[in-house]
Amino acid sequence: MALDHDAPTAIRAQAENASPKINRQLAGLDALELTVGTKKKPLVRIWSALWPILTAVTIALVAWELVVVSGWREPWVLPGPREVLPKFWETVTTATFWEAMGLTMKRAIIGFALAVLIGGVVGALVSQSWILRRAFGSLITGLQTMPSIAWFPLAILLFKLSESAILFVVVLGAAPSIANGLIAGVDYTPPILLRAGKVMGLKGIARYRHLVIPASLPSFVAGLKQGWAFAWRSLMAGELLVIIGKQSVGTLLHFTREVSDTSGMISIMIVILIIGIAVDQLFGLVDRSIRSRWGLDGASN
Amino acid sequence: MTKAPEAPVSRTAQAVRLSGVSKAFGTGSTALLALDDVSLDVRPGEFVCLLGASGCGKSTLLNLVADLDKVSAGTIDTGGSRVALMFQEPALFPWLTVTGNLELALGQRGVPRRERKPRATELLASVHLAGFEKKRPHQLSGGMRQRVALARALALTESTDDRSTVLLMDEPFGALDAMTRDLLHDELERIWRERNLTVLFVTHNVREAVRLGDRVVLLSSRPGRVIEEFPVEMDRPRRIDSPDVATLAARITDRLKEEVSRHGS
Repeated sequence: MALDHDAPTAIRAQAENASPKINRQLAGLDALELTVGTKKKPLVRIWSALWPILTAVTIALVAWELVVVSGWREPWVLPGPREVLPKFWETVTTATFWEAMGLTMKRAIIGFALAVLIGGVVGALVSQSWILRRAFGSLITGLQTMPSIAWFPLAILLFKLSESAILFVVVLGAAPSIANGLIAGVDYTPPILLRAGKVMGLKGIARYRHLVIPASLPSFVAGLKQGWAFAWRSLMAGELLVIIGKQSVGTLLHFTREVSDTSGMISIMIVILIIGIAVDQLFGLVDRSIRSRWGLDGASN
Repeated sequence: MTKAPEAPVSRTAQAVRLSGVSKAFGTGSTALLALDDVSLDVRPGEFVCLLGASGCGKSTLLNLVADLDKVSAGTIDTGGSRVALMFQEPALFPWLTVTGNLELALGQRGVPRRERKPRATELLASVHLAGFEKKRPHQLSGGMRQRVALARALALTESTDDRSTVLLMDEPFGALDAMTRDLLHDELERIWRERNLTVLFVTHNVREAVRLGDRVVLLSSRPGRVIEEFPVEMDRPRRIDSPDVATLAARITDRLKEEVSRHGS
């Protein structure tokens, strides 16, 4: 390995001269102990991630088609994939659809960002002491299990039929998971690392910056992922209940049902599913990259 | 640890002075006395090995010196010097690279930012891990991680002021295979000499204690008391399998067995 500093090279050489035998022996032991990495090629990796998904989608489509063919419901009530997929393509290529998507994603992002902020602050405060954790821990978990739709009557009373009502419910849906993720992360910071930090003299803000926050990161990301799932559900419930002026994904779903456009309706449902999966995968990616960087995936040891 | 603020450290002063240190865990009738009236002086630059069977409170003793725990009675005086503690586990931060771990420790000791990287590289070279700077702890073997932990402990002995540092080691090589351990003994001895460190080394391995220590302090079990001290007057570097080391180790082992058998009846 080439070093860009002269000084360390000199010192290194010095250390090597001091004990060349030890150095060689240790290097030999190291080489024996290190496992050989098995890195897959990118194409192989993409394929190995893709084929299970493709298989699952195919199975789902076949099952759906079988149900339709069986004649369980009239074809205009439950159209098959051969009818819906062209309709899906038609839907997602209209400007109206993308405007609706724009509004929905704007709400999702604002709501989720607020939830991260609020959940993060609450989580950070509650994780400070075990008394607060005892007092608020079960309350936060309780909030997490509360179905978001149950909040809407209150939200509508408080904010009328408005954007705020939707955001209120989205934030309430997502924030508890995010707070819980952070609390769990702080709670489960390995005690040995806390002790190592103390020996190093990490205190106050530095302790948080260099130890507590990075140590709780995997759990926090898991909380974000779960929080997103709750936010997305709450948002869809909200858009179906609180219908205001402009088109959103929720109102598209609502109006396709009103006009008995089942193919259109199922197309929108597929869109909702795809967005949910895509964002979940994104968090999964972050989660996996943290895990593999930290060696938590168990593959390397 | 009682901090004697800015106390001038004279050459004759002890690096570590424990006087009548007791430590009990719990209270009332269920209380467990881990250490009972332990007094011990460690000279600056001395290598002292604390030896004892399990339950002798040797790790507790180090935790007390490192201020990770509070004494129940007695005082611990480190003469204003800092402590660096190396654990049995590497306890490296998994989110940092090997150099990142060392740079953090250096930063905590006041080493200026731009000097940290070259210093970290140098420390890593001193534990024979040059070339592994960018690796993360999990990419290294157990022995290599423990060497990084040693480098980090050494980073914590860096000083930008006049305060010296006592290196505390809690069975640091206990989990390693014999060959790696022997090599690390040689390394530790070399570094100890070069840097003129004061080391308090805890182990349950009698030969390791004799191999490394200027003095071996034998502790009793439950509660831990100092029962005997053995000066080791042999030339360095010693070989762990040399007859002299074996002879003294046998003597100490006999004394240890005697002590342990008290608990058998």
